Amino acid sequence: METMKVDRRKFLAGVAGASAASTMAAPRGAAAAPAVKFPSAAARAAETLVPAALPASPGRPGSDFMVDVIRSLGIEYIAANPASSFRGLQESIVNYGGNAKPEFLTCMHEESSVAMAHGYFKIAGKPMGVLCHGTVGLQHASMGLYNAWCDRVPVIMILGNIVDAAKRRPGVEWLHTAQDVAAIVRDFTKWDDLPGSLQHFAESSVRAYKIATTPPMEPVVIVADGGLQEGPISDGESLAIPRLVATAPPQGDAGAVREAARLLANAQAPVIVADRLARTPQGITLLVELAETLNAPVIDQRGRMNFPTAHYLCHSERARALIGQADVICGLELTDYWGTVNAYTDNHERTTTARTKAGVKLVSIGVGDLYTKSNYQDFERFAAVDVPIAGDGEATLPALIEAVKASLPAERRTAIAGRAEAMRKAHAAMRERQRVDATYAWDATPVSTARLSAELWGAIKNEDWSLVSPDNFISRWPHRLWTMEKHHHFIGGSGGAGEGYGLPAAVGAALANRAAGRLSVNIQCDGDMMYAPGALWTAVHHQLPLLTVMHNNRAYHQETMHLQRLGNRRNRGVDRAGIGTAITNPNVDYAKLAQSMGMWGEGPIENPADLGPALARAVAVVKRGEPALLDVVTQPR
Amino acid sequence: MRSVLSALAAGLLLGSSAHAEPSATNGHVLFVKVGCYQCHGYQGQGGAGPRIAPDPLPFDGLAAFVRTTSGEMPPYTTTILSDNDLADIYAYLQSIPRPPALADVPLLKQ
Repeated sequence: METMKVDRRKFLAGVAGASAASTMAAPRGAAAAPAVKFPSAAARAAETLVPAALPASPGRPGSDFMVDVIRSLGIEYIAANPASSFRGLQESIVNYGGNAKPEFLTCMHEESSVAMAHGYFKIAGKPMGVLCHGTVGLQHASMGLYNAWCDRVPVIMILGNIVDAAKRRPGVEWLHTAQDVAAIVRDFTKWDDLPGSLQHFAESSVRAYKIATTPPMEPVVIVADGGLQEGPISDGESLAIPRLVATAPPQGDAGAVREAARLLANAQAPVIVADRLARTPQGITLLVELAETLNAPVIDQRGRMNFPTAHYLCHSERARALIGQADVICGLELTDYWGTVNAYTDNHERTTTARTKAGVKLVSIGVGDLYTKSNYQDFERFAAVDVPIAGDGEATLPALIEAVKASLPAERRTAIAGRAEAMRKAHAAMRERQRVDATYAWDATPVSTARLSAELWGAIKNEDWSLVSPDNFISRWPHRLWTMEKHHHFIGGSGGAGEGYGLPAAVGAALANRAAGRLSVNIQCDGDMMYAPGALWTAVHHQLPLLTVMHNNRAYHQETMHLQRLGNRRNRGVDRAGIGTAITNPNVDYAKLAQSMGMWGEGPIENPADLGPALARAVAVVKRGEPALLDVVTQPR
Repeated sequence: MRSVLSALAAGLLLGSSAHAEPSATNGHVLFVKVGCYQCHGYQGQGGAGPRIAPDPLPFDGLAAFVRTTSGEMPPYTTTILSDNDLADIYAYLQSIPRPPALADVPLLKQ
C-alpha cells in the first residue's frame, strides 16, 4: 500500500486549483456549479497554522484570576459549547485550573448548557456555571435561561464579549459582539453586569452569586470581556475576592403568618397546595409537620419534590374534589394560584368557573410577590388572595407551624386528630384506584405509559434512584404508582415549558447524582429529545450513570390535540391533525441515535412483555457507571 | 336543552339502526383516524381524557355527549363523524376486553 505524505499547504492549494479547473471545464448546458470562493492564503494561514514560536504573554493573564473567582464561589462545573469570546477563560480553566473545580463540561448547544445547569441545581442544591458565547451563543441559550427563570433556578452565566472595537478581530468577532450583550435576556434574568476591571469582575461575580441564590432564585449574567480575559494582570494591581456569605432567605411577615395560622387552625376543611416549595430536603420535613399538625390533605403540584407520595395526607389525585370542599386553602409557592382555584374550559366559548365554594379563604406564601417583571407573562392570571404573604415558603414554614400550634385550643386538637382516619382511608382508596387504573391497556401495543412506569419501578425500586425528568406527559404515573419520599426522588419540571429541556436537564441532574452514587432515571419525550440530542454525547463523554427510557409516542402529541380541537371547532375534520405534529415517516430510531454517540441503546420496544427484560439489561449498564437508552414505543399519554 | 339532547340521541339511534352491522374492526380504524386515541388512548384506557372503555357509557348518552359537548372535548358534528361511523366506534369500544385483575399483576402489588 502506497503511503503518501501530504503537505497541508500544498494540499489546500491543490484542492483549490482542482476545483477551479473543474469549474472552468464544466460542459456547456450542464447545471452550473455554485461559485466557490476559497479563502486567501493569509486567511488559511490564520485559520490553520500555528506560528513556530509565540511571544510569551506578559505576566499572568486576567482569566487566571477569573478562575480563582469562580473557584471561590464553590462552582464545580462549567457547562459550555466552546467559543472564541471566552477562549482566554477556557484556557485558564483547563490549564491554570487543571480542569478541576471547575471542570469543563462539553456541550453541543448553549441551550443544553443552561438546561444542564438547571437540572444540576435541582439535585446539587447549588448553581453550575455556564460559559456562553456573545450574541449567537446567548441567543441559543436564551430558551434555557427562560426555563430556569420560570422555574426559579439559579444559573451563573459568564458571557463572552469583546467590548473594545479596536481589539476585535475583523470578521466574525464583530458579528459575535454586542454593545449591550446581555440585553436580550434581561427580561428573564435577575441581574447582569459588565465588569470593567478584574476587581470589578470579582465583586460582581460574588454579588451575582448572592442575587441568584437568594429566593426568588433566578439566573444571572456576568459579562467577561475578552480584553480582561486575555490581558495581563497589571503589575502592582491589587486584587481581592470578596468573601461569599449566603443571604438569609426572606421570611413572611410575623403578623400575616399569625393570621394565616389562625385561619388554618380554625378551618373545618383546610387544604394545603404546594408547587415550588421544597428547595431542600428540609422543605419536605416541614411540610409533613404542617400537614400532620392540621391533619390537612396536601395537593402536590410537583414543581419540586414536596411531599411523600405514600404519606396518608398526600391527596394530589383528589385535587379537584378537595379544592371544592375547602374552607381554607394554603398555597405554598404556587405558580398559578388562579388556575388552582378556577376551572377553565378551552372550547367554543372559553368559560371559567370557580372551583371553590363560597366563603373560602385563600392564603398564599411565596416569593412571587417579591420580584416580577413586565414583559414575559410567567406570573399567570391575578388571583385575589385573602392573606398574601411575600416570603420564601420553606423559610416561612417554621414560623407558620409554630403559629398554628399556638393557635390550636384543646377542642380543636381533638377535632383535628379526628380527621386522620378519614384521611388515611381516602389516601388508601386513592392509591388503590391508581393501581386499578394502571391495569387498563396493560398488554396494549403501543406500550401504555402506566405499564412503562410500573415496569420501570420494578427495575429501580431497590436502587438509590432519582427521577430526573418531569412526568406530566405520561399522565403522572410515577407519582401515582411509585413511592417517592426523598428530595432527590423528583426534580420537578422545566418551568417555562420550553422544549429541549428534558435530556440536558437529566444529564445535569445525573452529574450531581453521580457524586452521591445514585442511579438517575430520565423518562424522555421523543419530541423534546429531537431538539438537542447532542446531550446524549455529553452524557457518554462525561460517563454519567443515566438511564433514559424513551416515551416515544411519535408525535408532538400536545400539539396534535390542539390541531384536533381546532379542526373540530371549525367543522373541518380531524384526520389531518398529524400534519406537522407527527414524528413518523420515517420513525426515528432512538437506539441507533444513542449508539451513534457511543451510548448503549436498545429498542424500539413495542411488545410490553419485552420491556422488563430490556430494562434489566439497561439498568445493569447504568450500574456500571455508563449511560443507557431504551427506546419504548408508547401510547400518547 | 334536555329535549335537544333526547332528539339528538334518538336521531343517532335511528341512524345506528339503519347501519345494520356496526363494525368493531372499522370502529378501531376510525377511533385512530378521527383522533379519539389522542386523549383516550388506543384502548380507551384514558390519558389526557378520561377512560371510555371497556364498559362504555350507554350509546345514547355517549352519542349525545360527542355531538354537543361544550367541555374540554371538542364536539364532533355529523359532518366530520357520521352516525354510522360513531356506531362503529362504539362497537370497537364494546369489543375492548376487560383488563387483568389487579391481584393478577405482580408489578402493581403494593
